[in-house]
Amino acid sequence: MADNQPDRGQRGLPGGKPRYSAFAVAKNSLSYHQDWQRAWRDAEPKSEYDAVIIGGGGHGLATAYYLAAVHGMTNIAVIEKGWLGGGNTGRNTTIIRSNYLWDESAAIYEHSMKLWEGLSQDLNFNVMFSQRGVLTIAHSEHELREMSRRVHAIRLNGIDSEILGPAEIKKFVPTINIDQSIRYPVMGGFLQRRGGTARHDAVAWGYARAADDLGVDIIQKCEVTGLRRQGRKIVGVETSRGFIKTKKVGCVVAGHSSVVAAMAGIRLPIASRPLQALVSEPIKPILDTVIMSNAVHMYISQSDKGEMVLGAGVDKYNSYAQRGSFPVPEHMLAAAVELFPVLSRLRMLRHWGGIVDTCPDASPIISKTDIEGLYFDCGWGTGGFKATPGSGHVFADLIANDRPNKIAAPYTLDRFRSGLLIDEHGAAGVAH
Amino acid sequence: MMLIDCPFCGPRDETEFSCGGEAHIARPLAENKISDADFADYLFMRDNPKGLFLERWRHSAGCRRWFNMARDTVSHEIVEIYPMGGLPKTADAKSAYSASWRRDTVAEHAAKPARTTQKNVGKARGAK
Repeated sequence: MADNQPDRGQRGLPGGKPRYSAFAVAKNSLSYHQDWQRAWRDAEPKSEYDAVIIGGGGHGLATAYYLAAVHGMTNIAVIEKGWLGGGNTGRNTTIIRSNYLWDESAAIYEHSMKLWEGLSQDLNFNVMFSQRGVLTIAHSEHELREMSRRVHAIRLNGIDSEILGPAEIKKFVPTINIDQSIRYPVMGGFLQRRGGTARHDAVAWGYARAADDLGVDIIQKCEVTGLRRQGRKIVGVETSRGFIKTKKVGCVVAGHSSVVAAMAGIRLPIASRPLQALVSEPIKPILDTVIMSNAVHMYISQSDKGEMVLGAGVDKYNSYAQRGSFPVPEHMLAAAVELFPVLSRLRMLRHWGGIVDTCPDASPIISKTDIEGLYFDCGWGTGGFKATPGSGHVFADLIANDRPNKIAAPYTLDRFRSGLLIDEHGAAGVAH
Repeated sequence: MMLIDCPFCGPRDETEFSCGGEAHIARPLAENKISDADFADYLFMRDNPKGLFLERWRHSAGCRRWFNMARDTVSHEIVEIYPMGGLPKTADAKSAYSASWRRDTVAEHAAKPARTTQKNVGKARGAK
């Protein structure tokens, strides 16, 4: 698997848009940076497209970009009810890794990882992809054994992964507390050195700018109000800015998947839940990697601005409110402070929630539906950000060719009828 | 944060409760006689409305008893709390109950003892 490189298609703004470079910065400084070009056009919806992507988040924009760059479909549009990357793309904790247990998961997340490596060059946009490593901590003997099984499975799939003991962890992360007397003691951990973070807004903007360069219309403030069908075929999308005729509709709407699916009379196995995150006031660099703990549903990293970025597990009940309940971050912060005593007097600056669409097997749905021309890419749950390029890449392939490729095939909606689930719960699906 | 009025213990903090997901999902009695797709409606497919939602809750750190709750998934307003096995009584919750796609499924029709014959299962609305 490790040898297969994804088809990146046309790279680096072949459409002729002015490129970002050190030279461009120098040139624009002469005009006091007043004349930078628009990153993408504010397109008016046309009456007809070859394909319409619903949802202008990372996954939707990546889908549109790869449809244009790899499959040559440029008469397409992305429609977004709010602003680009204003949903979960702008609300996640930006962690990227591909260390999943099952072969199906390893295939898609590693596909994504390969696209991350080189994405800034593909898009001519610095997505600040930083392979600073992702270290997942085990807090019990049992968890450590389970972890070593996982590490071996991951390595068999050609993905880098290694086990560290408490002393090695202390050396790698000096601020961590490895005292064995704490509530969640550090018993060991496993590290993916190729994992890391990227700047989430830049991912949305980079894909939008590169897709626009290839002729894709990006239409913001345009809400889908209905899906028009003729029998079992899709014929267009009703929006707040009028009807758009099209034969292919790709839905990439994360937490609202069930709402859009209901417009077409499709049932999904999805529950929409809030997932919360917080950032602290900025401090000097103390953490140069990403630390995760599945047992306490906590993950922490430090942004380039110096803020500590912390994420929690999902809330326990369905909600579309984009805010979470307080006990979840309280539980997570208690564990974070014990693991990193240096954080105890840090003030939290912002706290927010995003609505994630969780599947019963904690794996996504990338699938055709019973309606011809209607495709869904959803159910990414708590771990969608890391999959952004890979998800867009295989979903574009599904839409262009009307059949899933080898990587997407296991993620069909039909698996909930056949029982061929991809059960990533507990294995890796707990915290992303 | 929600203050949930447990029908047995009175109002308590949400941390004392656990949520059991969508309410009113009845298990098909003769599961071998319905198709895999129809059984998937029961086993995996879930109502996930943006608005009023009927769900099961348990007072897990209190009396540990189950009850049903009609709650808005946007405002988190609790519209009605009613016993397990019962149906909602307020107008909004009643219409949320009858509007659910689940009411038309073969799986739900097959969950009613009087209707489990093969003949009747085939007649349920929405059957393919």
